Amino acid sequence: MAKVYSSAVIPASASAVWTIVRDFNALPKWTPFVAESRIEQNKPSDQIGCIRNFRLKDGGRIRELLLALSDYEMSFEYSILESPMGVENYIATFRLIPITDIDHTFAEWTAEFDAVPEKEDGLVQSIGRNVFAAGLSALKARFAR
Amino acid sequence: MVDIRRSTLIDAPVEELWAILRDFNGHVRWHPAVETSLIERGEASDQIGAVRNFRLKDGSRIREQLLFLSDAKRSFGYCILEAPAPLRNYVASVRLRSVTSENACLWEWRASFDPPPSQRERLVRFVRDDIIEAGFGAMRGFLRGERGASIGVRSAPTPAGPVDGVDGVEIVLTRYGGPEVLQARRARIREPGTGEARIRQTAVGVNFIDVYCRRGSFDLVAPGGVLGMEAAGVVESVGRNTPDFRPGDRVGYACTPPGAYASMRTMRADLLVRLPELLSDASAAALLLKGMTAGFLLHDVAQVRRGSLVFVHAAAGGVGQILCHWAKTLGAVVIGATSSEAKADLARSVGCDAVIIYGREDFAAAVMRFTSGRGVDIVYDAVGKDTFEQSVECLAPCGHLVSFGQASGDVGTQSIDRLASRSVTLSRPNYVHYTDTTTKIGIQSDRIFEALRTGAILAPRPTIFGLADASAAHAELESRRTTGSLVLIP
Repeated sequence: MAKVYSSAVIPASASAVWTIVRDFNALPKWTPFVAESRIEQNKPSDQIGCIRNFRLKDGGRIRELLLALSDYEMSFEYSILESPMGVENYIATFRLIPITDIDHTFAEWTAEFDAVPEKEDGLVQSIGRNVFAAGLSALKARFAR
Repeated sequence: MVDIRRSTLIDAPVEELWAILRDFNGHVRWHPAVETSLIERGEASDQIGAVRNFRLKDGSRIREQLLFLSDAKRSFGYCILEAPAPLRNYVASVRLRSVTSENACLWEWRASFDPPPSQRERLVRFVRDDIIEAGFGAMRGFLRGERGASIGVRSAPTPAGPVDGVDGVEIVLTRYGGPEVLQARRARIREPGTGEARIRQTAVGVNFIDVYCRRGSFDLVAPGGVLGMEAAGVVESVGRNTPDFRPGDRVGYACTPPGAYASMRTMRADLLVRLPELLSDASAAALLLKGMTAGFLLHDVAQVRRGSLVFVHAAAGGVGQILCHWAKTLGAVVIGATSSEAKADLARSVGCDAVIIYGREDFAAAVMRFTSGRGVDIVYDAVGKDTFEQSVECLAPCGHLVSFGQASGDVGTQSIDRLASRSVTLSRPNYVHYTDTTTKIGIQSDRIFEALRTGAILAPRPTIFGLADASAAHAELESRRTTGSLVLIP
């Protein structure tokens, strides 16, 4: 079981950041690596069990299943159904936490997955840096004042 | 219910902040509201269920219990067991998370409780501002200080102070033995060094622990040394680095190392407590050690509660009287035992619901009769050898025998097998371990001063002896004729 963890401080209130990221179909809006995305079967993007089907800018296609969404906790969880990355049992959690004294937001993105041992370290590095850290840093830049 | 959630960013690696916060007793090091704190019953601070007992700067005392602690999640939670404010159903938790994009971490602190509506605003402000936000701010300063200290230049060791001093009188233990081995001699009382104060002593407490030291039962004092763990007086001079005391302050102490049987004494200033006005010097010298003993016996070693059935040996003795009166005000049913009818009257006057006179009947049988065969929850036994076995017989199932003295002789070797017949818990507390740091002394002394104010304990009126008559005072104490406490006046 491999684990990836990445977190950052977003210079905006948690409710403002949550409005953007809670939309499971919004990856093209706020990440630098997703070209286009749709929700399969035309379901609402906050229906548990909906599937987002998106294409990366490098051409790879990924299908992910929404497992949990909480406006109360400002978090959501999803698993990967199909991807070119070679991961199994991949479950990821995205969470926002208000930093109350400065009205900013702590954002954390974590994942656990299985992979063939010789590829595990490389995947942890590339998901951590190219997906999670890159996504969080784009979110940060979006709100930079 | 009120749910307060606050969080902040701290410019430190998460591991560094967690190392400080995971110590459940560590808040006394960094939180500005906390003045003294200890973990009850000497448990480890990461023992789930451990209780931290602390006093805030405003004088209020709070007991909080550790509910969970996770190093993996860098999180712990706790609840309030006792607090003067109505913070009902108070549960709080702390969690740290690393900010991987920076060398920082997120510190979340949550608290929920049920305030009475009329006090809701005040209590929310108190928890949010005075506890949580004040803690965040103080931690930033604390981390700067920690780092500053670790890279700071260490000062050179202090050279030994001048060896001269002032004249005084000490009572010396010439050898182990009877009261006659105590002898007065002239002595030079040295100048106070760094962190020390010299006290002009006005009253010195006489305790059974002094008798044990004199007999050689305890090896706290070697022949040639000076007995005594308790006194009151006035600070005469102070050495460097004693910010809390100045000449003229009224102080007292009750602690090791021994050396109190003297007209003047130079000792560590951080072991001193400031005396409240309502306590005279003689009363303080009679009360501090016995009162603090009763305090930790009733609150820390065992927990006496409303409805507890308690049996106190030597109920008319110094500690015995305080135990009986304080246990009674805590709501316990108190049975005492004394050696005479006159002492039994005294024991009744300090709160005993029933009194047994040793020698007239088997005290274990009497205790069973008073409790309709149930037995008591706690036995406080400082008699030792003569009473130990029967004290076990007095207990209800799952009862607690607190054996804290040996006036009749050392308890010696006892089989623990018999304890199983009643699932008995046995404690053998040692005063030193409850009073060996400034923090612990603060907690124990605050507790007795508070109990004095509320009337849970009464200021003692000790029998007075001259300092040079210390051996007569010891003979009196050992004769079992005395009631209450004895004090030596230099």
